Amino acid sequence: MTDTVAATAERETGPGPGTVIETRGLTKRYRGGQLAVDGLDLAVPAGSVFGFLGPNGSGKTTTIRMLMGLIAPTSGTAHVLGRPVPTAARTVLPQVGALIEGPALYGFLTGRANLVRFDSADPTADPRTRRARVESALDRVGLAGAAGKKAKAYSLGMKQRLGLAAALLQPRSLLVLDEPTNGLDPQGMREIRSLVRELAAEGTTVFLSSHLLDEIEQVCTHAAVMARGRLVVQGPVSALAAGARGRLTVTTPDPGEAARVLAAHGATGLVTDGDRVSAEAPPGEVELADLNAALVRGGVRVRAFGVERASLEDAFVALTGEGFDVTG
Amino acid sequence: MSQAELTAGPAVRAPRRLWALGILRSELTTTFRRWRTVALLGVLAAVPVLIGIAVRIETGDGSEGGPGGGGGGPAFLSQVTNNGLFLVFAALSATLPVFLPMAVGVIAGDSVAGEASGGTLRYLLVAPAGRTRLLLAKYASVLVFCLVATLVVAVSALAAGALLFPVGEVTTISGTRIGFGEGLLRAGLIAVAVAVSLVGFAALGLFISTLTDSGIAAMAATVGVLITAQILDTMPQLDGIHPYLFPHYWLSFTDLLRDPVYWDEMVRNLGLQAVYAAVFGSAAWARFTTKDISV
Ligand SMILES: Nc1ncnc2c1ncn2[C@@H]1O[C@H](COP(=O)(O)OP(=O)(O)OP(=O)(O)O)[C@@H](O)[C@H]1O
Ligand SMILES: [Mg+2]
Repeated sequence: MTDTVAATAERETGPGPGTVIETRGLTKRYRGGQLAVDGLDLAVPAGSVFGFLGPNGSGKTTTIRMLMGLIAPTSGTAHVLGRPVPTAARTVLPQVGALIEGPALYGFLTGRANLVRFDSADPTADPRTRRARVESALDRVGLAGAAGKKAKAYSLGMKQRLGLAAALLQPRSLLVLDEPTNGLDPQGMREIRSLVRELAAEGTTVFLSSHLLDEIEQVCTHAAVMARGRLVVQGPVSALAAGARGRLTVTTPDPGEAARVLAAHGATGLVTDGDRVSAEAPPGEVELADLNAALVRGGVRVRAFGVERASLEDAFVALTGEGFDVTG
Repeated sequence: MSQAELTAGPAVRAPRRLWALGILRSELTTTFRRWRTVALLGVLAAVPVLIGIAVRIETGDGSEGGPGGGGGGPAFLSQVTNNGLFLVFAALSATLPVFLPMAVGVIAGDSVAGEASGGTLRYLLVAPAGRTRLLLAKYASVLVFCLVATLVVAVSALAAGALLFPVGEVTTISGTRIGFGEGLLRAGLIAVAVAVSLVGFAALGLFISTLTDSGIAAMAATVGVLITAQILDTMPQLDGIHPYLFPHYWLSFTDLLRDPVYWDEMVRNLGLQAVYAAVFGSAAWARFTTKDISV
């Protein structure tokens, strides 16, 4: 009966099909007046690996806390796996594994006992399979060898791995990982990346916040960028990176002539720097080979010619500003 | 139709009927595996032994423990030399005003706030433990600690008393004599009465624990409230509020040593503890279920 009620409510206010996380006007003002998240409309497609980007203090962790029902939104709504949170958090969260703002462990318990503790907190977790699930989670994050050690003796990266293991205690529909590679060695980072790909291949949606843009670029299919509590942009990663257009660069001993030829062919944003001339990459219909041929025909001696593809980092900086200082 | 299907989500097992037991067991093992808990219990176990040894040394060189020997010490101290069983009553009288509730205050005060400051609270809640369920499990495990702590004092006192002094028939406060078996039974009842006396204060500690994200602050505040209440309870000017202070009837357990047993004050104590548990339990629930967990 409660299900029908929920289903009705879903039809009225719920998210569109295939959306695992959907927020509408989600806003959080902390006590003390800090507006941490401001009117967030987020849509995370099912099956995606979703990168959640933003400078320090832009509201990523605050958003995740609201999605996990840890803090109540000041206004707006959030749906996770089709159910409203925090109202339906108890029914949704067993299907969600989470790592929020770093791991937190009982230092006086062993790694294994920590996992047992977190697993027994979940009323849907079967105690008969607990041992096996704990061992396989430990295995999955490469901690099987250190599972008998007290957690206070763990290194930062080991703690991070144990936190991940806690998120993997059960098969999940959604994994929410707040900076999962924080503190990991390069080996560990690679392992996490391949773990994320593996989980995504199994059908788990992964929602991943990070500062490491090349990491996002490597594993994520979709991304959203936050700045000062507001959503700047969201969409497929390819579209985001394409949004910031690459630059065409010509290296030549005749920069003046090169600039003239490029301008004549409609290139904009010309910058000459020593023997390098760069311009906004021309729109798609201009064949780059023709442009090069035109340069050569115009007597420009070309040493190098190419388009530097815009990285996600360029897109990110373009969207959130160059400033280093934390705002807010 | 549902998102779970859409995302090929794993089937979620329905929660077991005994939904609270798993987490309660986890709470208990986590509490009692802590070095701090063991240390507290160790101190509590040492108190009766120290009292017993002190009494033994005190009376060892003098005459065979005259009734006036006890002087101003805790109740029952003077009878200990004649009957080791009285060490149980003496030790409980000595630890109930301060040591026992202080230990309970540490455990109760730290129960929620300690997890909050360690950050583990957020992982318990996303597990999801459920806030009401977690709070109930925490309160239940604090109550178990109250009982265990009291029993530790009682059992340690009984052992020390039996080793250091003769045991035998018990002279009640009313002057009648009861057999040793009956005396043991009364001692057991007294231990339960003492543990029950701590129920209200435990709820108060739990409530304070939901107010802050610092375990240390919660422990200090809880113990502070205890000391304040104890002081207020001794000020004759505040006669009017005394019956409402949680420690006011604590020593009523001695009435179990009357013949016949005098129940009035113990019943009043029970009622007062129930009121404290209800009021502060509800306050803790109201606070904890609406609190932002932002640590
Ligand atoms: N408990 C809190 N009380 C008050 N303000 C807070 C609290 N937690 C965060 N804030 C503020 O909310 C804003 C967003 O913080 P949040 O932790 O969500 O950022 P973030 O995007 O996760 O940053 P980072 O990349 O550094 O982890 C910041 O301005 C921060 O100062
Ligand atoms: Mg953060």
